Amino acid sequence: MRRLGSVLLWIAVSAAGAVAFGVLALVRGEPVSAAWLVIAAVCTYAVGYRFYARFIARKVFALDQRRATPAERFENGRDFVPTGKWVLFGHHFAAIAGAGPLVGTVLAAQFGFLPGTIWLIIGVVLGGAVQDFTILCCSLRRNGKSLGQMAKEEVNPAAGVTAMLAVLFIMVILLAVLALIVVNALKASPWGLFTIACTIPIALLMGWWMRSWRPGAVGEASLAGAVLLIAALVGGGWVAAHPVLGPAFTRSGPALTWMLIAYGFLASVLPVWMLLTPRDYLSTFLKITTILVLAVAILVILPPLRMPALTTFATAGEGPVFAGKLFPFAFITIACGAISGFHALVASGTTPKMIRRETDAPLIGYGGMLMESFVGVMAMIAACTLEPGIYFAMNTTPAALAGASQALAQAGFTVTPETMHALAQQMGETTLLARTGGAPSLAVGMAQIFAGFTSAIGGKELSSLWYHFAIMFEALFILTTIDAGTRVGRFMLQEIVSHVWPRFGETSWYPSVLLSSAAIAAGWGYFLYQGVVDPLGGINSLWPLFGISNQLLAAVALCVATTVIIKMGRARYAWVTVAPLAWLVAVTMTAGVQKVFSADPKLGFLAHARTLDPLTNPSAARMIFNDRLDAGVALLFIAIVGILVLASVREWWLVLSRRKPAETKEAPFVAVAAL
Amino acid sequence: MTLRGILRVIRRILGAPDYAAYLEHCRAAGHEVRLTEREYVREFLDNKGKAPRCC
Repeated sequence: MRRLGSVLLWIAVSAAGAVAFGVLALVRGEPVSAAWLVIAAVCTYAVGYRFYARFIARKVFALDQRRATPAERFENGRDFVPTGKWVLFGHHFAAIAGAGPLVGTVLAAQFGFLPGTIWLIIGVVLGGAVQDFTILCCSLRRNGKSLGQMAKEEVNPAAGVTAMLAVLFIMVILLAVLALIVVNALKASPWGLFTIACTIPIALLMGWWMRSWRPGAVGEASLAGAVLLIAALVGGGWVAAHPVLGPAFTRSGPALTWMLIAYGFLASVLPVWMLLTPRDYLSTFLKITTILVLAVAILVILPPLRMPALTTFATAGEGPVFAGKLFPFAFITIACGAISGFHALVASGTTPKMIRRETDAPLIGYGGMLMESFVGVMAMIAACTLEPGIYFAMNTTPAALAGASQALAQAGFTVTPETMHALAQQMGETTLLARTGGAPSLAVGMAQIFAGFTSAIGGKELSSLWYHFAIMFEALFILTTIDAGTRVGRFMLQEIVSHVWPRFGETSWYPSVLLSSAAIAAGWGYFLYQGVVDPLGGINSLWPLFGISNQLLAAVALCVATTVIIKMGRARYAWVTVAPLAWLVAVTMTAGVQKVFSADPKLGFLAHARTLDPLTNPSAARMIFNDRLDAGVALLFIAIVGILVLASVREWWLVLSRRKPAETKEAPFVAVAAL
Repeated sequence: MTLRGILRVIRRILGAPDYAAYLEHCRAAGHEVRLTEREYVREFLDNKGKAPRCC
């Protein structure tokens, strides 16, 4: 009877999801309620988690609750700590969730709400969650080893070195792109800049509070930090209106770029407890709270989606937000919400050292990624509740807008200057035109949803506060990624150089700390600067590079997971990781080749360089160099993917044809009772 | 769940130092308590920042 009830329940869940997808796919010409997106997503996640995650756990990895985990075997009260599954779910989610699923989704909304939503939902169930979960299982069975170590031991040493270099290159591009989003959000926004600038002294105060004044009082310090943050947010409105302070906090893109580079460098060289750790606690608090509130607000008001299901830019590839057709660019623009290679670093980092039971892994690895995808779906809802004319006016540079104005007018995506001016005033900004990067339009969408939610207590009046709260929320955790990333990049560079200069590897030797921090900050700073001064909008060139590089890392992770599965003697299940790997290789290779060799100057780096004439344009020489550099970076990523896939396929062939013994570095079984 | 339990959950989610967990570990493993709370917190905070935050 109970079994029948379960069968009926899952049939009902599947049917509800199918109906929701049907409505999203078939309804045309009228606004669709966001409820259908939520139902489609939640039902698909439920079915994927109940059946596919369980299949992988039982058949592929044969997770065993009697087997002791690294957290138990190496428990030390610090890194290796057996942790309850729901607590670890929260910890893992806080570590993987960032700006990626928010911003990428907003940018991909130029194709309409349907392609991005389908990729977010199907991509996560069959790809992203599989990657996170399988890498977590691999690391769990290998004493919590990192992705690079597993690539070296399970594939071959060259793959390990390639994976390490890939992580470093990806980090540089990733930090540049994220910093560009912050620059575009804070450009000419005194309110936003003041609030974000205040987070630095607040973090310093929290650091001193937690480490020296009241050691370990993280809760107290975070609470004090949150109160000061709210005060800074409210005070920002006053500062923006002040005749002296307002202009003082109104900064151009290049000025903000230099500030961010200096900030990244300082955060990397200062002691970690002083700036980085308190910011991390503050942003985690804010991130979890805001995401929960946004989810509740969307579920309560269920706003209608004003963006059509599919726009003409999906097939024409002439989108003003970024160039390129739906395939492959929708799939690299939305990286983190569907599949993100970066998550493999977390799934083979702190999380496997904290799992109490092997059978907790599906909830944490697979379930955590489903939650991340749901954040992406909420961002899609926030972006698509905007009038399309407003969305395109905000996300398009003046240069791109001139070329796309006819297509936008034909699609009916128009907006009057008066409407944009009124919206800017409502949000407490001087202008919202050409605020590219995704963050400002997401902030407007979120502000409208929050204001709708709080309409009973003065909704419209609160819009400007909510807008700047959303900007602060996005910028704060992007800056946390930037300072942590610069520091981790510094450690990686120190380790690489230490092979030829051992002293350089000493992480506390200050000349090495300063040099390596400067090199990493200069690396991402260069790409950031070129993005800021690029008249076509740096997001157009840099976001695809970020997507390609992030998906490349996912390909590395899936190569490692496939190798492990084959060496475990379960080659018949290798399709679980080979299928998303094949898709990612197709997407990354196609996108990479198009970004380099496309004859369309809006899309291809080399084609764009050919349109520039140094005789008539004084900045042409620099822009040509940047285009060629970007083309070189894209080709490097393609080469890395090629090397890793070939090395992995060779290893699979050798093992499957019995030319090489299937030796895996899995730790021996230790029963829980034996400890 | 007690307030203490809730605070412990929040600490774990945030990745914050938890001296009580360290003491429990020492007691369960029969180890000598090597660090005072101040030393434990300093060591814990000084060792953070080696893992990337995701995008």
